[in-house]
Amino acid sequence: MPPLRSTSRPRIHPLGDTALLAELGTRLDTALNTRAIALATALKKRRDVRQTVAGYASVTVHFDPDLITHEALGAAIKRLAAKRPPMHEPGRLHRIPVTYDGPDLEAVGSMLKLPAEKVVEIHSRPIYRVFLVGFVPGWAYLGPLPEELELPRRHVPRTLVPAGSVAIAGRQTGIYPLPTPGGWHLIGRTPVKLFLPDSDPPCLFRAGDRVKFFPTKA
Amino acid sequence: MNHLLRVEEPGLWTTVQDLGRPNAISSGVPPGGAMDRFAHSAANLLVGNGQGAATLECTLSGPHLVAEQSCLVAITGADFDPHVNGKPVSTWTGVFLGRGDRLTFAGRRAGARAYIAVAGGVNGDGWLGSMSTNLMAARGGLHGRSLRAGDVIDIAGAPTKPTISGRRMPEHLRPDYTDRILYAIAGPHFKRLDLDGRRLLFNAEFTVTKDSDRMGYRLDGPQLETSGTELLSFGLAAGAIQLPSGGQPILLMADHQTAGGYPVVAAVVSAALPIAAQLLPGDKLRFAEVTFDRARQMRMALTTALDSLRSASVR
Repeated sequence: MPPLRSTSRPRIHPLGDTALLAELGTRLDTALNTRAIALATALKKRRDVRQTVAGYASVTVHFDPDLITHEALGAAIKRLAAKRPPMHEPGRLHRIPVTYDGPDLEAVGSMLKLPAEKVVEIHSRPIYRVFLVGFVPGWAYLGPLPEELELPRRHVPRTLVPAGSVAIAGRQTGIYPLPTPGGWHLIGRTPVKLFLPDSDPPCLFRAGDRVKFFPTKA
Repeated sequence: MNHLLRVEEPGLWTTVQDLGRPNAISSGVPPGGAMDRFAHSAANLLVGNGQGAATLECTLSGPHLVAEQSCLVAITGADFDPHVNGKPVSTWTGVFLGRGDRLTFAGRRAGARAYIAVAGGVNGDGWLGSMSTNLMAARGGLHGRSLRAGDVIDIAGAPTKPTISGRRMPEHLRPDYTDRILYAIAGPHFKRLDLDGRRLLFNAEFTVTKDSDRMGYRLDGPQLETSGTELLSFGLAAGAIQLPSGGQPILLMADHQTAGGYPVVAAVVSAALPIAAQLLPGDKLRFAEVTFDRARQMRMALTTALDSLRSASVR
C-alpha cells in the first residue's frame, strides 16, 4: 500500500554560506505551504538557526555557520521534513472590507469577458490563504485566486500604486501595504492597514492566516 | 548631556546603521544594517564598543561634524580623506576629538562607504530590535531618514571601556577593497543557466550600474538567460544574485526585498559582502566560485582580524 502522505524529501540549495533554501515542491498548493510553515516554525527553535522564512513551498533558513555546516543542516532538515508535521491550528481569519472601484476593474472584466459585478462576486467568494509574507513590509501573497480570474501581470507596471489597493495577478491576490511600484491589476481598495510599523510583528497578516474580502459601497 | 556631534554638513547620504534586524524578515521588513559589516564592526572595536553599536554610514562623501564634547571616534571602510581641524587624520585608527573640534572629509579617495564610530555608540531610534535606518517605513536611526545639516548626534551610553586614541587596525588585516572579485556559491537556480551562461557568470566582467543602492546593485554585463517555468516566491538573502527576465543580474544588498520569484543563480559569500559594499556605479567586478571550506576560511580571517582589536582593547 502506498503511504498515505507523500513526504518527498526536500531539495536543499545553498544561498551563500549563511543561508539555504529547502524546496518542498514547485506547485502552488495549500498542503505544501502548510508543511513549509510547520518546517519553518520547527527549524526556528534550533540554536544554530538565526531565522526562517516560509515561502509558497519552501523554507529559507538563515543559520550561524560557526555552529553548523550547510551539509549538516541540510541533513537535519531532511530528517525533520520526513516526520509527520504537527497538526496545524487554522490561521486567524481576517475579514477585509473592499470598495471594488479599482482603475483596472473594467479592463479586467473585458479581458475575462465577465461583467465587473461578476469579477467582484468571484473575487469576494473564497476564503484565501496567506501563503507568504514578504517582498515589501506587510505584503502578503494570498490565494489561490479562482481560475476564472486568472490573468498575467500588466505589461507595463505602474510606477506608483496607492497603499490599500486590492490587486490580482495569476492565481494570486493581495493588498499593497505601502505606496510602491506594482504590476498587478487593481480592482479595489480597502482602508485596512496591512503594515503596522509600531506593532511587533509589524504586519496584520501572518503566513497561514485566512482572509475573506467583502464588498462595501464607496 | 548626551549631545555629541553637531552636523554642519550631512554629506551625500549618511545614515545610522548597526547590524540590522534579522528577525523582521518574516514580516517582509528588510534586514538592513551596515552594508560593510567588517568596517562597521572594526570602527566600533577601535573605540571600545561592542561590534553591534550603531555607527554612521557615509556614502560617497563624508559629513562635517563638530564635537559638542570630547570623544573618541574611528573612521573605517572607504577613504574619504578625513581631517580634524584641517589636519589629515588616519583611517582605521582611534582619533580623539576635543570639544569644538571639527571632523571633515576632503574627498573620496577609495571605496563607497565609510563608517564613523564613537565611543559609547551612536544613538538612534530603535525599531524591531535595531537602530538601523529604514527609509520605506521611516523608522529607526535618526527619525527614519538620512542626516541633515543642524542635526545633533547623541551618544547611546557612556563608554564602557577606557578609551585610548591611536589604536589602529594594521593594513594587512583589512579587506583588500581593490580586489574586485566577489566570491560566490552556485545558487538554487544555477542549472537554469545554459552551459555558456554558467561559464559567463563565473568568468565575465560585470559593471555596477547607477541603478544601485542599499537594496541591491543592478549589473551590466553579458546577457544571461535562464530557462524553465515561473518560480513560486521564496525568501531571499543578502548576497543573492537574482536574474530577472531581462537577463541583467541584481546583487541583493542589506536593504533587499525579503522575498521574490526570480531565479537566484548564485550568492556572494558573507566574507565578500564588505568588498561588494565598497563598489560604486561604474566599478567592474567578477564573480568567482568558491567552496564552503574556502568561504569558511575567508570568514575566519575577518573574525580573527576583528578579534585582534578586541584583545587589544583590554590592554
